[in-house]
Amino acid sequence: MSDDNRILAEDVTYAYEEADKNAVNHLSLEIREGEFVAVLGHNGSGKSTFAKLLNALYLPSSGRVLVYGMDTADDEQLWNIRQKAGMIFQNPDNQIVATVVREDVAFGLENLGVEHDEMVRRIDEALESVHMTKYAEKEPHMLSGGQKQRIAIAGVLAMEPSCLIADEATAMLDPKGRKKVLDTVRRLNKEKGITVVWITHYMEEVTEADRVVVVSDGETAMIGTPREVFSKVEKMRELHLDVPRMTALAQDLREDGLPLRDDILTVEEMAEEVARLLCP
Amino acid sequence: MSMTLSHVCHTYSQGSAFEHLALNDINLEIREGEFIALVGHTGCGKSTLVQHLNGLLKPTSGTISLDGEDIHGEKTDRRALRQKVGLVFQYPEYQLFEETVEKDISFGPKNLGLDSREIDRRVRQAMEDVHLDYEKYANRSPFDLSGGQMRRVAIAGILAMEPKVLVLDEPTAGLDPRGRDRILTMVKHLHEDRGTTIIMVSHSMDDIATLATRIIVMSEGKVCLDGTPREVFAQREKMDEIGLGIPEAARLCQALRAKGLDLPDDLFTPEELHGAILRLWKEKGGC
Repeated sequence: MSDDNRILAEDVTYAYEEADKNAVNHLSLEIREGEFVAVLGHNGSGKSTFAKLLNALYLPSSGRVLVYGMDTADDEQLWNIRQKAGMIFQNPDNQIVATVVREDVAFGLENLGVEHDEMVRRIDEALESVHMTKYAEKEPHMLSGGQKQRIAIAGVLAMEPSCLIADEATAMLDPKGRKKVLDTVRRLNKEKGITVVWITHYMEEVTEADRVVVVSDGETAMIGTPREVFSKVEKMRELHLDVPRMTALAQDLREDGLPLRDDILTVEEMAEEVARLLCP
Repeated sequence: MSMTLSHVCHTYSQGSAFEHLALNDINLEIREGEFIALVGHTGCGKSTLVQHLNGLLKPTSGTISLDGEDIHGEKTDRRALRQKVGLVFQYPEYQLFEETVEKDISFGPKNLGLDSREIDRRVRQAMEDVHLDYEKYANRSPFDLSGGQMRRVAIAGILAMEPKVLVLDEPTAGLDPRGRDRILTMVKHLHEDRGTTIIMVSHSMDDIATLATRIIVMSEGKVCLDGTPREVFAQREKMDEIGLGIPEAARLCQALRAKGLDLPDDLFTPEELHGAILRLWKEKGGC
């Protein structure tokens, strides 16, 4: 293993069989260690395909993906890659394999042949990290969707990965469940320095990311901080994506002549700006 | 067409260790032409409530009547009830089963015993209502479509029954912004142009702020707020306490008032805020 600690997509193209165009089209991206990178795009934009290319679930038709220096096309490295970059998916019910929470978290470790004591330590730690310790002996099917997703995250954490890839992990959850899962992942990013690739079509989930990559037609349409990306209201609308409601309101008011900042994201920032203009 | 729920209670698994009171003395009058948003946390009883509206679940106690007639009365035609009150479940696309879009949508009307011309008319109309081109999609397999399209096929199957009341349980869950907007525009059109009574379960206060004529808030099996969006969103403390919050525009209105701006205290849509801020700007001589 090299000391390269990035995930690199180099001019990656992927085409599904019988498809008339590339799902991912000459996409290049560098994800640095410890970053929280959000990948935003509408359904069919290629964002999920891209996610699956990052941990060798799919292999590029051309170009290459390097995960911590390991080429995903290299069969020998497959399990090292998956251990480094763990993935969680959209449907909470499709990711649970065991009948007891603790055994579900253990599943990956058993396959790696980790020693018993070490396994117990990792499971306890992983459950603690997602605040699910008290559910360790419960049956997964009795849990809510958000709790199941946190169990799935614990299963990935037990492998001690450097990077977590979440492919629309909150799409099927209610607002409370969504918030808990996102908060959990943000905390893991901040406290443990785990690199996060957060794939979503919910604009409000990406406003705190370090960088937002907007994908459309399999290509990078925009890339920048959330503020930079969302300030392009027109462009975002063209791509059928939401912009934060306050960003849109500020844009509408600017068109009417109010000299407001163009990078407002939150209610608090908007209130501050409007008050600056209008307060006596 | 009006519905009355009177002292409706529902207990799951009565008499077992898992006994759970999901609905606790619900009293509601649903009037023709309303657009009702039903909101509350997972587990508050809203999905249980909507399944009572077309008789899928029977109240443990209390009564539900449609135009004065008890829907569980001995003489009630349950099939006619399900035709009048159409229910779109969560993730309705999981219930598609036919070989073609056309067959799937016509399944309900066929069961009503309608003649083939009427069935064809209804399928075409339903597809138009959900913005699916008949020529392009009628003979396609529903399973080859995108998630958003599959959901619209499933909804078209309910619309083809020409219900007077359309109940939708989180119709936009999991869809991307474009899919969500398409569904919401379609529901709005059915309400405004067709006069269909709408009852929609939603988690987005911002979405329902501009759509609903009435908001019913549920918590722990009970109705805890019931009024126009303006009335409900004025109850910020209560909405925060339940954990639902209020639309961003309503929060902005309150934040600006707290900073001393002269705004009405009950604005809750971006359009209202836009107008009010612009007015203040002009008064101040801005241009």
